[in-house]
Amino acid sequence: MSWAYYLTYKFFTLIFSLFLVATATFVLMHVIPGDPFSQEQTIPEEILKSLMSHYELDQPLYKQYIHYLKGLIRFDLGPSFKYEGRMIQDIIREGFGVSATLGALALIISIVAGGTLGSLAALCRGKWQDWLSMLMAVIGMSVPSFILATLLQYVFAMKFNLLPIARWGEFRHMILPAVSLSAFPTAFIARLVRSNMVEILEQEYIVAAKARGLGTSKILLRHVVKNCILPVLSYLGPLFASIITGSFVIEKIFGIPGLGGWFVMSITNRDYTMIMGITLFYSAILMIAVFIVDLLSFSIDPRIRRNQ
Amino acid sequence: MNATNCTLPYFRESIFRLKENRAAMVGLWLLIFLFIAAVIAPFFTPYSYYETHLSLKNYPPSKEFWFGTDELGRNVFSRIWLGARISLFVGISAAFIDMIIGVIYGAFAGFIGGKIDEMMMRFCDILNSLPQLLIVIILLVLMGPGLTTIILALTLTGWINMARIIRGHIHQIKHLDFVMAAKALGASRFRILTHHLITNAVGSIITTVTLTIPGAIFTESFLSFLGLGVQAPMASWGTMASDGLPALRFYPWRLFFPAFFISVTMFAFNLLGDGLRDAFDPRLRR
Repeated sequence: MSWAYYLTYKFFTLIFSLFLVATATFVLMHVIPGDPFSQEQTIPEEILKSLMSHYELDQPLYKQYIHYLKGLIRFDLGPSFKYEGRMIQDIIREGFGVSATLGALALIISIVAGGTLGSLAALCRGKWQDWLSMLMAVIGMSVPSFILATLLQYVFAMKFNLLPIARWGEFRHMILPAVSLSAFPTAFIARLVRSNMVEILEQEYIVAAKARGLGTSKILLRHVVKNCILPVLSYLGPLFASIITGSFVIEKIFGIPGLGGWFVMSITNRDYTMIMGITLFYSAILMIAVFIVDLLSFSIDPRIRRNQ
Repeated sequence: MNATNCTLPYFRESIFRLKENRAAMVGLWLLIFLFIAAVIAPFFTPYSYYETHLSLKNYPPSKEFWFGTDELGRNVFSRIWLGARISLFVGISAAFIDMIIGVIYGAFAGFIGGKIDEMMMRFCDILNSLPQLLIVIILLVLMGPGLTTIILALTLTGWINMARIIRGHIHQIKHLDFVMAAKALGASRFRILTHHLITNAVGSIITTVTLTIPGAIFTESFLSFLGLGVQAPMASWGTMASDGLPALRFYPWRLFFPAFFISVTMFAFNLLGDGLRDAFDPRLRR
C-alpha cells in the first residue's frame, strides 16, 4: 500500500470518527430532559425567551446542529452553563497547559522506566532481576493510579514531609502526581519490551551478529533496541488515553488546576456543556495522537506496509 | 467426530501447565479466598454494613470493629465484604457479557470472511478509536449512576477486544485440515463453527475473560471514586476509597482497607490471567 493511500484512508477515518463523537455529544446533550434553565425557580416568560434566544436554543434542532458543527470548526465550544460568561474553550486553554505538562512528564517517566525495566528483565531472563521486575510490573498493573497517588501522598508528604502534599507550580509539585500517573504505563511497557526483546534475542540475525564479532552493546543498540521501539510506539495511543483519564482523579487528589480537575468538577456540577466540550476536546486529542502514531509506525515499519 | 475427544488432552495438558505455574496458583488461591470471604465473612460480625453508630465515628481497628468504623460509625469490615461482592459482581458480569457479545461477533466475522468481515472489523476500529472511559462517564452522567448502568456502560465498548481475538483465532484455524475433515464428513457450517472453531478458541476465551475482569473492577472503582458509582447505602471499594480520601491524615484505615482489597483482587486476577495465557499458549511462554 502506498503512503498517500494510507494517509488519506487514516485521515478520513479520523475525520469521520471526530464527526461521530461530535454528533453523539450533540444528540446526547439534547436527549437530556429539560433545558439548562429549568432548575431556576421561576423565570419570567420574557427573560426565559431572551435567554433561550441568547443561547440560540429557540432555533430548530437542525439549525442548532449546523451552528454547533460550524462552531467546532472554529474551536468554539460554546458557553458554560454553570460558570456564567465563561467560554469552554477558554477554560480548556487555561487548564490544558497544566495537564499537558503533567502528562508529558508521566509519559517520559513511563517510557524510560518501562524500557529500562523491560530490557533488564529480558537480558537477565530467568534470573532474579527478571523475576523482580516482572513482579513489579504486575503490581504496577494491579494498583489503580488513584490508590498509588494517595499512598505516595501519605508516605512522602504526610509521614516524611519530603515532598509537598498538593498544589502546583514548581517541579517539586509534579513528582508525586507524575509518578502515580506513570505506574500503569510503566508496567505495561516493561512487559511489552520484555516479551519483544526475548523474542528478538532468539532471532537468527542476533546470532549472526554475534558470529560477525559485534560487541554486546553494538548488537543491543543496532538490532535489539531498534526492533523494540515499534511495539512501544504502537502502544503510545492507549498510553495517551491511560494518562489522560488517569489525570482526572490524580488532579483531583493533588489539587492541580488542570483540565482533568475541571472535568471532574463539571461532572459533580452536572455542567452538561462543559462535560461535552471537554470530552470532545479529549477525544480529538486522543484520536489525533493515534493518527500520528499510526503514520509513524507506517513510515518506520515495512511489515505494516506489506500487511495492510 | 467428537470434538470433546480432541480437546480433552489439550485441556489436561494446559491445566497441568497452569498447576506448575506458582504465580498463577497464588492468584487462584487468593481469588478463591476472596470469593469465600465475600460470601461468609459478613456473618462473623454482628454489625451490618448500613448500621450507624454515631458515638463510634472513625473508630480505629479494634476487637469490636476489625477494620475500624467510617464517618457515620459504620463497620468497615462488613462494608469491605459488601464492596467485595459488588466489585466482583460488576467485574465478572461485565466480562461475561463482553464474552458473549465478543464471541458471537468475532466468530461470525472470522467465519464468514470477505467484505462482511472487513466491514464488521472497520466498525470495531471506529468504536475502538473513541475514548472508552469518556464515553462511559458521559453515559453515567446522563443515565444516572447505579450498578446496572455501570455494567451496561462497561460492556458497551468492552466486547471489542474479545471479538478481535476470536476473529483472529478463527481466521488462523479455519483452513486447517480438521475443519476440512469435518466438512468432508458432512458437518453443517453451524456445527463447524460451534463444535470445531469456537471450541478450539476456548483457551483464548478463558484467558481474555480473566484478564478483562481486573480492568472492569478498576473502571468500576475509578468511576465510584469520581462519584459515579453505586449509591449509598450500597458501597463498592471505589466509593469507600473515595469517602476515605479526605480522612487520610487522621483516619488512614478508612482508605487503606478498600485500597488494599482493590489492589489484591486485581493482582490476583492478573497473575491468574497471565498464567492461563502461558498455559493455553505455551509458544508465548518465555
